[in-house]
Amino acid sequence: MEELLKVGIADYKVGTAPNRIISYGLGSCMGIFLYDAISKIGGLVHVLLPDSTKSLATTNKAKFADTGIPLLIDAVQAKGASKFRLVAKIAGGAQMFQFANPSQIMEVGKRNIEYVRKTLQSNSIRIVAEDVGGTYGRTVEADLNTGLYKIKTVSKGEKTI
Amino acid sequence: MNLLDLSSMQLDAIREIGNIGAGNSATALSQLINKKIDMDVPNASVVPLGEIPDLVGGPEAMIVGIFLRVYGKAPGSVLFFMPKASAFYLAEQLLGEHKDPADELTDMDKSAIMEIGNILTGAYLNALSHYTKLNLLPSIPAIAMDMAGAILNIIIAQLGQIGDHALVMETRFLSEDKGINGQFFLVPDPGSLQIILNSIGME
Repeated sequence: MEELLKVGIADYKVGTAPNRIISYGLGSCMGIFLYDAISKIGGLVHVLLPDSTKSLATTNKAKFADTGIPLLIDAVQAKGASKFRLVAKIAGGAQMFQFANPSQIMEVGKRNIEYVRKTLQSNSIRIVAEDVGGTYGRTVEADLNTGLYKIKTVSKGEKTI
Repeated sequence: MNLLDLSSMQLDAIREIGNIGAGNSATALSQLINKKIDMDVPNASVVPLGEIPDLVGGPEAMIVGIFLRVYGKAPGSVLFFMPKASAFYLAEQLLGEHKDPADELTDMDKSAIMEIGNILTGAYLNALSHYTKLNLLPSIPAIAMDMAGAILNIIIAQLGQIGDHALVMETRFLSEDKGINGQFFLVPDPGSLQIILNSIGME
């Protein structure tokens, strides 16, 4: 039976076709979807922050782009995906509130995008599609049968990348 | 200090501080719109960061959020949340013009709603400052209308750098005609909690 796996904040799930993986209400957070189209195995990690080396609470590796992505790579490989076939689709990294003088934490979305790109590149995983930045929230849904990544928003409608 | 080590007495004391602040806010709101405002007994609880969106109806609930930073001796963040309908109602009350719920909020509406956030937060912090003798000041407000999860990200990201839990001081407001149904959150920065507790002799 087809299952819908839910991913919370600083959390990840791995699955196989025909299941789907969903994560709700991303603002500055990012949802990184890794997929192997041959084995139809994939995973989704919902990272909150860019850089674990700047944090005091690092027990949960899925919280950060720099540790969450390697964690997900290992997890999809353990499930049977081939690292060489993995491609990435990424979404999120918005800035929800506009400030006259944004401090660093208020620009966390921008830094998340930067670290997600950097970490994927250093792991030799190509980003084949993305929907990042902006000022609006997103719900993301990964379809493990097709490899499509659905992005739902309140103000900008829905799209599939 | 570890949030999970807070004693029930300390949490009660924090709840009482929340009560004083929220009471002052409710009075300010009531005067602004000239209606009676009911207030729930404030809640102070330690929640895992991932569960914060559940406090406002789940990550996909459509809300209007006003965000302010608290500056001073015990910095923190304030979020005032309303469903979209309440935000429209507030704008109607303040600006005296009828709004179609299908419309978007205009810049004028947003500005009026942010001002409410400003006044409520000011009233809350005033009471808090008075009680704790800590000087606390609100920043300029910012507003967003979107999914609750996305809006809450701003607080969760900040706390996530230091821990995996948050102390959330929460109060619900309801106007007598049910037009306004809002939630007020004060989330002290991690170091601030100890300062607040010390200030009231609860260390």
